[in-house]
Amino acid sequence: MPSTRRVSIQINGEKISAEVEPRLLLVHFIRETAGLTGTHIGCDTSSCGACTVLLDGRPVKSCTLFAVQADGGEISTVEGLNRNGQMHPIQEGFHLEHGLQCGFCTPGMMMSARALLERNPHPDEQEIRWAIAGNLCRCTGYQNIIKAIQYASKKMAEGVSA
Amino acid sequence: MIQQTSPEIGGMGHSVKRKEDRRFLLGKGNYVDDIHLPHMVYGQLVRSPFAHALIKSVNTEAAMRVPGVLAVITGEDLAKAGLAWMPTLFFDKQMVLATGKVLFQSQEVAFVVAETRFAAADAAELVEVDYEELPVLVDPHHALDADAPILRPDREEKSNHIFHWEVGDRAATAKAFEKAPVRTEVTAVFQRCHPAPLETCGCVADFNTATERLTVWLTSQAPHAHRTLFALVGGIPENNIRVISPDIGGGFGNKVPIYPGYVCAVVASLKLGRPVKWVETRSENLQSTGFARDYHMRAEIASESDGTVKALRVQTLADHGAFNAAAQPTKFPAGLFSICTGSYKFPNAFCEVDGVYTNKAPGGIAYRCSFRVTEASYLIERAMDVLAYQLNTDPAELRLKNFIRPDEFPYETPLGWSYDSGNYAAAMNKALEIAGYRELRKEQEEKRRRGELMGIGLSSFTEVVGAGPAHTFDIAGLKMFDSCEIRIHPTGKAIARLGTKSQGQGHETTFPQIIAQELGIPVSDITLEEGDTDTAPYGLGTYASRSTPVAGGATSVASRKIREKARKIAAHLLEVSEEDLEWEPGKFFVKGAPSKAKTIQEIAFAAYTNIPPGMEAGLEAVDYYDPPNLTFPFGTYICVVDIDKGTGEIKVRRFIAVDDCGNIINPMIVEGQIHGGLAEGLGIAFMQLISYDESGNVQGGNFMDYLLPTAVETPYWETDKTCTPSPHHPIGAKGVGESPNVGSPAAFVNAVVDALSHLGVRHIDMPIASWKVWQILKEKGVAA
Repeated sequence: MPSTRRVSIQINGEKISAEVEPRLLLVHFIRETAGLTGTHIGCDTSSCGACTVLLDGRPVKSCTLFAVQADGGEISTVEGLNRNGQMHPIQEGFHLEHGLQCGFCTPGMMMSARALLERNPHPDEQEIRWAIAGNLCRCTGYQNIIKAIQYASKKMAEGVSA
Repeated sequence: MIQQTSPEIGGMGHSVKRKEDRRFLLGKGNYVDDIHLPHMVYGQLVRSPFAHALIKSVNTEAAMRVPGVLAVITGEDLAKAGLAWMPTLFFDKQMVLATGKVLFQSQEVAFVVAETRFAAADAAELVEVDYEELPVLVDPHHALDADAPILRPDREEKSNHIFHWEVGDRAATAKAFEKAPVRTEVTAVFQRCHPAPLETCGCVADFNTATERLTVWLTSQAPHAHRTLFALVGGIPENNIRVISPDIGGGFGNKVPIYPGYVCAVVASLKLGRPVKWVETRSENLQSTGFARDYHMRAEIASESDGTVKALRVQTLADHGAFNAAAQPTKFPAGLFSICTGSYKFPNAFCEVDGVYTNKAPGGIAYRCSFRVTEASYLIERAMDVLAYQLNTDPAELRLKNFIRPDEFPYETPLGWSYDSGNYAAAMNKALEIAGYRELRKEQEEKRRRGELMGIGLSSFTEVVGAGPAHTFDIAGLKMFDSCEIRIHPTGKAIARLGTKSQGQGHETTFPQIIAQELGIPVSDITLEEGDTDTAPYGLGTYASRSTPVAGGATSVASRKIREKARKIAAHLLEVSEEDLEWEPGKFFVKGAPSKAKTIQEIAFAAYTNIPPGMEAGLEAVDYYDPPNLTFPFGTYICVVDIDKGTGEIKVRRFIAVDDCGNIINPMIVEGQIHGGLAEGLGIAFMQLISYDESGNVQGGNFMDYLLPTAVETPYWETDKTCTPSPHHPIGAKGVGESPNVGSPAAFVNAVVDALSHLGVRHIDMPIASWKVWQILKEKGVAA
């Protein structure tokens, strides 16, 4: 039996501690140990981005990190996007601009969008395309995802000025 | 014309925001891998490293010793239960777990079940399989060679030939070719590719030993058909099987077949009495589940000197891999491939297809397509361009000259289809106008003079969807109707259940919009459920753009049945005769006295509280809709590319898509479907390929090697529409999901070939990667 390690990871502000195998992937920790199944698994080569979460504010593919590597870190997942029952402008944008169809890539896509808008609140279309280049979507052809992120960018700017 | 309802009602034509979005946006979707049951265990498949090999022995002892391992199931174990093989959906059978030999790399050999996914994976590594390698058959063109290994000795016919199929008039077509002054041909391979929905396939099988009921949460595009097949093949009484297709992360045809992993999970759950989860990895998905296409095609066109087409002749070799697992419900081995005469008036046509086995993954599934329609559409749209070059005529003009005219519908094609309606020139002219076609041609000419490479590609496809009429379609004998059941509650709210299953198409919004249109109940008051075989009426599922043509018809007809009962109740309430009532969405009113009215909500309440004497209580209806014909959506796509002479890199500068899918339920959703299908077409044209080396090792078996378009390669899509309703569909709709994937590959390829046509290039096989273009440029001596 492989030995286990105790890890403690803050997810959406809540501290989750568990004994885990060192080879446990962060995405399995999030989905199974923490029970937050909004983060998805779409491939086994770090190519699709369905598992994207923010680790200490940076977007990471949680299928490519071991849970032990995130020990002591702060993770944000899709479940933490909305606050007090209010949809985040990114979620609102995806709804209003029809930025999702099957919904499987959507959580990872929104987390990449959030990271983008935090470092660059007013991205142009090309910057958005490059920022989500690590997130595959098989349904939307990306156009409405871009519009959704543009909506969020505008809405968040209004929120700041208001 | 469809009567426009108010935005509050949200009937057809309104871009109603999707009702299903919220749970996905909150991370509360419920996909198969999200399901966690008490005492659930995990399954892991052991797969073959070889493409063709005898299995000398399978030793499971070491695997069984791994702590937490509960069972290792082998092909021999399944054989004892008569389950080592299962039928495919097209008159063949396929191994569940290999016995005797393996026929493709990554074939399923054993199934390990353990308490944790780690224990299952560890143990799978320890299953010792002793293989003896056999000669491998990779190239379908050599499948019928005298010295080719016979892959399927289990079959009566000791040959790798699966079928020969032909349609049309061979002799008349040959004669037309003899007489024609112009003959042209193109040989084109539609490469093996894979739909690769972002969610892979999987299931949770839960056999409850107390109730003796089996519940399977399944990534299924056709849950009812799968339930029946589980019953027929597994011998479990159908009333004791419940298939639940929860949220599905994209399907595109990949989730139509039944895969060995599902069967193994069910067998393991029956054996252990515990829920068994099996979810494949992406690599497993690409390497073993239903591939698409792999059609090796040749088209010849005979025409007059002025470009009037006289005959089409098509020959195709179809590579089906190790088993013919074409998940298609037509009676024709090549599905609807005979749509290959496209939008054009061919007086004569002949088409023949031969299918063969090779040592590759099984399939031939319809990837966002109605069963070989994409291959057919690609071929004819390529061939028309080749003819245009030969005649030195403009490809748009050649098409306009040969289109079936609007007054010629219903149009009988020489290969046996009856097109319902169309106005091809209208769609093309609109696309040409949006593109600024003439200016683009002028620009191209100027650029050529400067030595720059620019191409304009057209595709004016006609496709065929809505499987299908009972006379032409069935799955394992099951007719291809679909169903809708609607119940109106006393407060005027409603629930509808359908035999289809959304995988992202937005059914929870669009089908309520049909009901809203027909009954005037606001779309927000209607709940839609699909995917649970215990509650939904029997249906054949969602693929091949059939939901709107078939289940959409059922929804409309069921709504109208309710409206007829509502009319009787309204007459009773208003104390007038039924004939005195007029309907507008949401209410019946007395002719000439519009203030004397009863709303559908009042009528619903009365259906439970104030029923006319002699009438049954309640307000509900069910309809099983068998469409009288298929529907034939069409459109024109125009692609503009610029090619870098230094690198061969192709930049899609513009893409214009004018679609005609008849009456539209939700324009926002239709546009979204078109965007998505175009991106998939882009991937197929430029990136997506599953190939095999000479030893049968799969190339393109993971997302590092199987390339899909990202937001960076994907252009901005310019969409527009024309509207030619289907005359036989209750709401005049035709279906749209697959059109962009059917129509676009030819537009992309035609654009690239067009950019190089002055160099004598007439065809390049997909996927057109930069290196292929660069190689051509180098050969032609124009590489920068």
